[in-house]
Amino acid sequence: MPESFIYACLGGLLIGLASIMLLALTGKVAGISGIFWRAIQNIPDAKHRDYNWRWLFLTGLIIGPLLAYQVLGFAQPAASEAGPILAAIAGLCVGFGSRLGNGCTSGHGICGIGRLSIRSMTATITFMASGIITVFISQQIL
Amino acid sequence: MKLFNNPALSGVIALVSGTLFGLGLVISGMTDTTKVIGFLNLFGQWDASLMFVMAAALAITVPAFHFISKRANPLLEDRFCLPQNPNIDARLLIGAVLFGIGWGLYGFCPGPAIVSLSSFNNDTLIFVATMLVGMAVAERLSRDKSH
Repeated sequence: MPESFIYACLGGLLIGLASIMLLALTGKVAGISGIFWRAIQNIPDAKHRDYNWRWLFLTGLIIGPLLAYQVLGFAQPAASEAGPILAAIAGLCVGFGSRLGNGCTSGHGICGIGRLSIRSMTATITFMASGIITVFISQQIL
Repeated sequence: MKLFNNPALSGVIALVSGTLFGLGLVISGMTDTTKVIGFLNLFGQWDASLMFVMAAALAITVPAFHFISKRANPLLEDRFCLPQNPNIDARLLIGAVLFGIGWGLYGFCPGPAIVSLSSFNNDTLIFVATMLVGMAVAERLSRDKSH
């Protein structure tokens, strides 16, 4: 069990470091939902100076772990067995909710709270509670 | 070669930052849907370990952001791109509730889902595709409301 906690801390430190780096150097918030959405939303605007960094960030987001798995031999987590319907419903909720709330676990939970934003603290507490209740209910149903 | 307002340099930083972020997500266990649901299973078999992901990240971002916020601009660009809306409104709360539902149902939030695309798992692809649809619908609804 203690191993889990160490990896969680280590991972958290890396996520924090990445967020600090992006903000300190380029002034951008490492909020994945926003980065992902705006990368795609701005495809027609590809010539804009500010455009490419999101795609480069997303590339790193995918390539880093891929290298860790393939080259460094990190173990991949077991895939979810919840099935495609649940994946689709969950995806819709996460996508819709993150846009409506203007952030997600990284945007609000780390960068927002990092800036001591009350708005982000509220969002984070709310989605945590919602997630906990959702799991509670699905555990009862299963 | 100028370093300030240099899109190529900023691009490289984004790439490095994204890579570190992705590695952080993997190492922390956030890409493991079972672990995430275990973390949200507060009233059942609770796996508390993921709490330390946010705790560790905040332990360094809170002080670092405090110092960064004293600057007029970031080190390599002429301005910060920060969210400006301080309001806690219905949209924020409803959005957060829905986000939590999705997160609790499957165990993915956007970062881990995107990271997991490299496994070419069909369900992950479905999640990311519908996530995009959900985002587009929310964006469209927001735009209609603001008219």
